[in-house]
Amino acid sequence: MSDGPAPTAHTAPSTARAPVRRHHWIVRLTHWATLVLVSGMIASGLQIYEAYARFGNRGGPLFPSPFDGAQFPHWSRLGGWLAGALNWHFALMWPLVTVGLLYLGYLVKSGEWRALLFRPRDVRGAIDMTKYYLRLRPDHPPQGKHNPLQKLAYTSIYLLGALAVLTGLAIYKPVQLSWLTALFGGFQATRYWHFWIVWIFVAFTITHVILVFAVDPASFRAMLTGRYRGRFPSHD
Amino acid sequence: MTENRTSGLDRRAFVRLGVAGGAASLVAACGWDGGNALRPRLLDISRLNDWVGEKILFAPTRLARTYTAAERSAMLPGYFISNSLPTLATPSAWRLRVDGLVRQPLDLSLDDLMGMPRVTYTVKHHCVEGWSAIATWHGVPVSAVVRRCQPLDAARYIRFVSFDSDYSNGWDMASALHPQTILAYGLNDHPLPPAHGAPLRLYAPTKLGYKMTKYLVSLTFTDKRPGGYWEDQGYPWFGGI
Repeated sequence: MSDGPAPTAHTAPSTARAPVRRHHWIVRLTHWATLVLVSGMIASGLQIYEAYARFGNRGGPLFPSPFDGAQFPHWSRLGGWLAGALNWHFALMWPLVTVGLLYLGYLVKSGEWRALLFRPRDVRGAIDMTKYYLRLRPDHPPQGKHNPLQKLAYTSIYLLGALAVLTGLAIYKPVQLSWLTALFGGFQATRYWHFWIVWIFVAFTITHVILVFAVDPASFRAMLTGRYRGRFPSHD
Repeated sequence: MTENRTSGLDRRAFVRLGVAGGAASLVAACGWDGGNALRPRLLDISRLNDWVGEKILFAPTRLARTYTAAERSAMLPGYFISNSLPTLATPSAWRLRVDGLVRQPLDLSLDDLMGMPRVTYTVKHHCVEGWSAIATWHGVPVSAVVRRCQPLDAARYIRFVSFDSDYSNGWDMASALHPQTILAYGLNDHPLPPAHGAPLRLYAPTKLGYKMTKYLVSLTFTDKRPGGYWEDQGYPWFGGI
C-alpha cells in the first residue's frame, strides 16, 4: 500500500532515479506465496461454508449475517464437495503457516519490523495523516518508508492473519483446544469470526491493489524484482 | 448428508431428504477437487493430519465440556445412508457381536449392556458440516466392553459395523478407550430413537458426528486400520476434534 504525493525532504527532484534495493527475496517470495495460499484457503473455505451456511447452535438463535444460506459462485469454490474442500483447507494450512512464520522471522531478524509495526508513538502521525487525507491540513506530513496509517494497516493485517490461524485451530479442535474456542466465545462464534476475517482480508487486498496502481505503480514492480524506482523513500 | 428433526419421524421426509442429499453430493463430487494428480497428495496430507490429531493433539484423559440439561438444543439432526429409516424386524433378537482379536468374543443383548456401568452426559455434538447441537446421551463406556472381551496385544483398532446399509467406521484404540466414548442406548432421558441409531450407537464428544456409528451390530478388534463409509470417500479418518 502507498499513498499520495510525498514531498519529503530527501526525495531528490530528479527524473532519472537510481533503483533502490527494497524487498529481500524472502519478502517477495512470501508475499506472492501468501496470495496463492490465501486464495486457496478462501476458495476451499467458501466450499466448506456451504455445508452449513449460517452461524449458531441447532435450534438456537443465529448470529446476524448477510450470508445466511448463501452459496458462493462455482468459480469461487475449491474442492468440489465438503470432503475435497476440507482436504484442501487442511493441506494448505501447513504451507500458509510456514510462509507466515518465515516472513515474520525475516522481519525480526532484518529489523524491518520497525518500519511496519504501528506503535503508540505513531498515534500522533496517524492523526496528522488522517487530517491530510481529510484536507484539514494542506501539506503531506513527512514520512519514512511507510506513513503511520500504512503501519496501522499492515500491523492490523498481521493481527488479522494471526486471528485467522487461531480461530481456525479453535474450530479444527474445539475439544482439545477448548480454552481457545472458549476465548473466541464458543464453537459457533469462532466459526463466525473465522468467516468474517475473510471479508476483512478481501477488503484489505482490494484497497491494497487499488492504492498500489493508483498511487505508486513502481511498488508493484519492486515486489517482483526487489528494486524500486518510484518517488517514495524506501527506508526510514 | 441429510438431516431431519428429532421430533416427527416422518419416513417420507427422510427419503426425500436422502434422495436430495445423495443427488447434491453426486453433483458436488463432479466439481474440481484437485484432479487425479493432486487428490492422492491431498489424501497423503490428510493422513499426516490424522497422525498429528491422534498422536500430538489428542489427550486420552482430556474431557469434553459438559452442559446442563437446560442447555439442550431444541433440535438435533440425524441422518442415515439407507433409502429408508433402518429398523430391526425383531428388535428382541438384536445382539451386539464383539469379536476379532479378543480372548473372549461376546454377544450382548440390550439388557446386558444396560446392566454394565452407565454413563450419562450432556455434551455438544460437532458435525463436519459445521453445525453443533447439545444433547444428553446415556450408555456404557466402550472401555467397559473392552475389559470384558479382553483384546489381544495385537489389537490396535476397532471396526464398528451397522445395519444401515454398509455404513461402518474404524477407530484407533486410544479414542475408543476415552472415558467419554460410549455405546449409547439413550438420548435426552429416552430410549435411543430410530432416527438416531436405535437400538445402539457409538457416541463421543471428542469426535465429529460421522465417526459415531449408528444402528450398531458389531465391534471387531483388528490390527489393521479399518476404513469407513465417509472416510473411504475422502473424509478425514481420525475425525477427532
